[in-house]
Amino acid sequence: MFGIATSMPSSVFDELWRLQQDVEEMFGPWNIPAAIRSLPRGSFPAVNVGQTAERVDVYLFAPGIDPKSLDISLQQNLLTISGQRALKVEDSVDYYRQERFSGEFRRVISLPEDVDPDRVQAKYADGIVQISIERRESSRPRQIQIQ
Amino acid sequence: MSTQTELARHSSASTPQTGNGQAAQRSSPIETALRPPVDIWEDKDGITVCADMPGVSKDRLNVRVDGNTLLVEGQLQLELAGDAEALYADLRSSLYRRSFALSGELDTEKIAANLKDGVLTVHIPKRAEHRPRKIEVKVA
Repeated sequence: MFGIATSMPSSVFDELWRLQQDVEEMFGPWNIPAAIRSLPRGSFPAVNVGQTAERVDVYLFAPGIDPKSLDISLQQNLLTISGQRALKVEDSVDYYRQERFSGEFRRVISLPEDVDPDRVQAKYADGIVQISIERRESSRPRQIQIQ
Repeated sequence: MSTQTELARHSSASTPQTGNGQAAQRSSPIETALRPPVDIWEDKDGITVCADMPGVSKDRLNVRVDGNTLLVEGQLQLELAGDAEALYADLRSSLYRRSFALSGELDTEKIAANLKDGVLTVHIPKRAEHRPRKIEVKVA
């Protein structure tokens, strides 16, 4: 009954678009804003970040790289990782698929404000670079004793 | 949805192995498996498949041939603190899975797999009679 007051009859594509919006709102969290420095899905390397009260762990899914070629730096709470993965391309063979990333990469990750840039550790195992950054003592939750 | 709960759910269930394929292929109805990117190439000896599966160790890898299907499965394991929560996650699953239909001239008995730094390399040789042969000419 509000047909006239609302928009003109829409095309099938508008309907689909609206349906998609509805689904996204229902099932979120896709409608939360994306981090300004985040990369589109499928970018190399994939990144997961986990946190506890004591530290923040950054996992970089970077299989088959030389960890020495990585350049990792942390300025305040901004973690920058760059490096390259140069895949050997075989001569005189026929390729059917080449889906794996080859070349230079760079990712910038914004961490919580209270990380301590002086206490960082990084290691590489099974193709994952794990960077652990301790958080400042002052910002940790403290138990308060009643006198 | 945190990485932690997903991993916890998975380690308690681990990968069900029924031995004879069929059932195991439908082992994880809840979790969407990650599709590892692959390079595939062929030379005169056979076909090589190279897959990126970071976080998979040898004991969590499953490379199997079922009839003429090559199945590659791996469980991603992160070193997490017990009470960790996810702040950001590109990977929202802990299972990699991908399968390929093989063709008859490949010798499935002689498949060789190698896992290094999260990169799986599977070599499937061609049966001897399908390899190009060089014919020696003997001089009498």
